[in-house]
Amino acid sequence: MKFAVLVFPGSNCDLDMYHAIKDELGEEAEYVWHDTKDLSAFDGILLPGGFSYGDYLRCGAIAQFSNVMSEVKKAADAGKPVLGICNGFQILTEAGLLPGALLRNKNLKFMCRTSELVVENNNTMFTSQYAKDEVINIPIAHGEGNYTCDAETLASLKANNQIVFTYTNDNPNGSVNDIAGIINERGNVLGMMPHPERAVHELIGGTDGLALFKSIVKQWRESHVSHA
Amino acid sequence: MKKVKIYVTLRESVLDPQGSAVMGALHTMGYNQVEDVRIGKYLELQVDDSDRPLDEIVKEMCEKLLTNTVIEDYRYDVEEAVRK
Repeated sequence: MKFAVLVFPGSNCDLDMYHAIKDELGEEAEYVWHDTKDLSAFDGILLPGGFSYGDYLRCGAIAQFSNVMSEVKKAADAGKPVLGICNGFQILTEAGLLPGALLRNKNLKFMCRTSELVVENNNTMFTSQYAKDEVINIPIAHGEGNYTCDAETLASLKANNQIVFTYTNDNPNGSVNDIAGIINERGNVLGMMPHPERAVHELIGGTDGLALFKSIVKQWRESHVSHA
Repeated sequence: MKKVKIYVTLRESVLDPQGSAVMGALHTMGYNQVEDVRIGKYLELQVDDSDRPLDEIVKEMCEKLLTNTVIEDYRYDVEEAVRK
């Protein structure tokens, strides 16, 4: 399976993402610069964390108009897995690929530590290798991860099982419903503030993030193996 | 050419932790008269409106890029710009 790791000016988790895919997962990965106009060669799209365009105006606001974003929309429409982590999540909400928005953390602090997440929905192409309600340890590092949306959107997120990850009792940012990650209605675009790509090896403090990437690959293999 | 002054504020329904922190500081300083603080952004644009109606251009820019209507409101004033 071939992943595109998008690189915007100011991305800084692209190397971690590349390493997770290439070295820990053993799949193909390629860095893709933000002005690329074709992503058709890739099976999955990864939007890494960082501070694209210096977080000017709002996090993710400027990146949403990069050339590559119309290609990301095409990939999402085609049902390919699109995963946005941290700043990648912010970009996906700004681009309208996911509902809601991310505000400044409630305590105004940049939070950098390991967070405990609950897998609320393991019936997705990103979480099938977790157990339902499994508690996993994934690092966070963000100043604007306070997910918000209107009551109507929240109700539909709940009704459609689109809340994929929540924080346990130590919500670091004040997000509504303790939301840490959500998926689109179709189930192929996931955005989350925590960094699974930083939890892929015991040497760096844990491997709880690996199952997320393995889930994507498993789903892809199962749907493509008949063409092999 | 017009000068457009755009004021971006968080929607009423959205909590403003920065504003709350600043209000706390003002209260500590003794300004107990302050009952609420909301922090926003101010943008100043020079816009050539010779080929399209100004309101149309400004609203479009605000809704596409300059604000996130999920969490923010905006209003703007227009002045004649002095060409530099």
